[in-house]
Amino acid sequence: MAITLSGDQSIPAPPLSSRLTPPQIWGIVLLAPYLLVFLAFVVYPVGYGLWLARAPSNYVALYNDPIFARAAVNTLIFLLIGINIKMLIALFLSGFFAQQRTWIKWLSVIFILPWAVPSIPTILSVRFMFNPEWGMVNHFIFSLTGDDGPNWLNDPTVALTMAIGVHIWKSLPFWTLILMTGRLAIAQDLFEAAEVDGASWWQKFRYITWPSLQTLYITCTLLSMIWTLGDFNSVYLLTGGGPADLTHVLSTLGIRYLRLDQLSLAMASIVCAVPFVLPLMYFMMKRLSR
Amino acid sequence: MKLPSLRDVATESRLLLIGIPVFLWTMIPIYHMFLFAISPKEDAFSGKLWPDHPTLHNFEIVFKQQHYFLRDFYVQFWNSLVIAAAVGVLTLVIATAAAFSISRLRVPGGRIVMNLALFTYFIPAAFLAVPMYRTMGNYGLLNNHWSLILAMVTIASPYAIWVLKQASDKLPVELDEAAVMDGATTLQIFRLVYLPLMMPSLVAIGTYAVLLAWNEYLYAFLLLSNDREITLPVALGNFLAADDSPWELLMTTGFIYALPPAAIYYAFRRYMVGGLTAGAVKS
Repeated sequence: MAITLSGDQSIPAPPLSSRLTPPQIWGIVLLAPYLLVFLAFVVYPVGYGLWLARAPSNYVALYNDPIFARAAVNTLIFLLIGINIKMLIALFLSGFFAQQRTWIKWLSVIFILPWAVPSIPTILSVRFMFNPEWGMVNHFIFSLTGDDGPNWLNDPTVALTMAIGVHIWKSLPFWTLILMTGRLAIAQDLFEAAEVDGASWWQKFRYITWPSLQTLYITCTLLSMIWTLGDFNSVYLLTGGGPADLTHVLSTLGIRYLRLDQLSLAMASIVCAVPFVLPLMYFMMKRLSR
Repeated sequence: MKLPSLRDVATESRLLLIGIPVFLWTMIPIYHMFLFAISPKEDAFSGKLWPDHPTLHNFEIVFKQQHYFLRDFYVQFWNSLVIAAAVGVLTLVIATAAAFSISRLRVPGGRIVMNLALFTYFIPAAFLAVPMYRTMGNYGLLNNHWSLILAMVTIASPYAIWVLKQASDKLPVELDEAAVMDGATTLQIFRLVYLPLMMPSLVAIGTYAVLLAWNEYLYAFLLLSNDREITLPVALGNFLAADDSPWELLMTTGFIYALPPAAIYYAFRRYMVGGLTAGAVKS
């Protein structure tokens, strides 16, 4: 199996046995474990899933399901607004953390915590903070104003915004760190020369920082969008898709159908996203495999 | 001593104006979790910023498994540990072998395999979860630790192979050539030349895979359901099933669960930052 897969089909060649040197045979043997994992747990599930989603009736059912339309819109809001806000903040903070100060070094060590710890306990912590009756936030509002605070997670717009907030809380440190690495790679004498010429803060950013960072920034944004499509925790653990299934995104909706034993609908809802994701995935693959 | 100039003070206070909100934003959810862990039940629900009577009683309840939701705490902790360790080891073995094969032995078709692996890396995890669940059912692995281990290895290896391949490509070819001249076999090169030189990247990738598996919720919650088979995060999620969940115990268990990955992260930060973030996005 491994031999036929890894053989280069495009070049006409003598029989395999006479063409392969011992290192090449070892190469195939060492590559075989991954190929087995790939065939058994990527090719087979994906192929099987697509086969399950083949019937057009699934797509009619999805089209008629208002929850699906809502989830698609929520996903777009999450990706187009949420991710761009996150990346802009990361771009801004990467400049802050690139400052050479001892206290900023220490702050960056703390800042990475949300990324280093698992998301379950922290997201549940946020969820309880916003509990309308016992949560810290409404206690605080009551002690300030004497009024009861809002029922935060019961309003779909607020709940989705908070899910985006939780996502940003969790993954902002990672992207800030990457953009900071990019910033630190820019030659420092460029900034010194600009300083001498009396360049403003904005001019330094516009003419030095941004041109060197823009490729990295755009790659990061696309990558974050692809991964965020698979972010199940931020929505599921905070809102559970509620109230009234109004805050689902595609990833939680797929799992919801799965839990309702509607596997072909679950697959069909994912297949609907493929035309949008596939070009992004292909683009990223090309970029990273260079 | 020189007094700081007005300009320095202005710069410093502007930085503080960013730094303080960043600190609060980062710490509030974590502090809130910690606060619950050290609060008796009455204090936890009263909205105080520091409990009147801080206590370690919640930890005692967890460690003695004195609550319905916690009766399998140690088993679940052990499950998380075993699965994370197995994913770490298997990912390292599979990915190192593949990276060596693609990068050093230049196996025919290696480039295609690398591209396929990268493509897998970009499949959103929650999307693959749906068919993966059914696949594990077909293989008869549901509710078996192997289902989660194999699923996590599948998710961790593409990135592992990619990072290790990038690192291997940087090792000079002359090393292998010199070893071949000395009569070394392929396996000897792998063991005596390649592995020692790759150590920093191997530590980074091992840590990455272990943390990924330890932190995973979605796959664990889909693939395992039996109370004595599930991992800690699934057990934490199960707290939500009841309306009168003991939140202070949930937060205490969550705090205990979050400590090992935080400790591992800080212990290996040197490797993680160098080995992972630099390679994560090639500019």
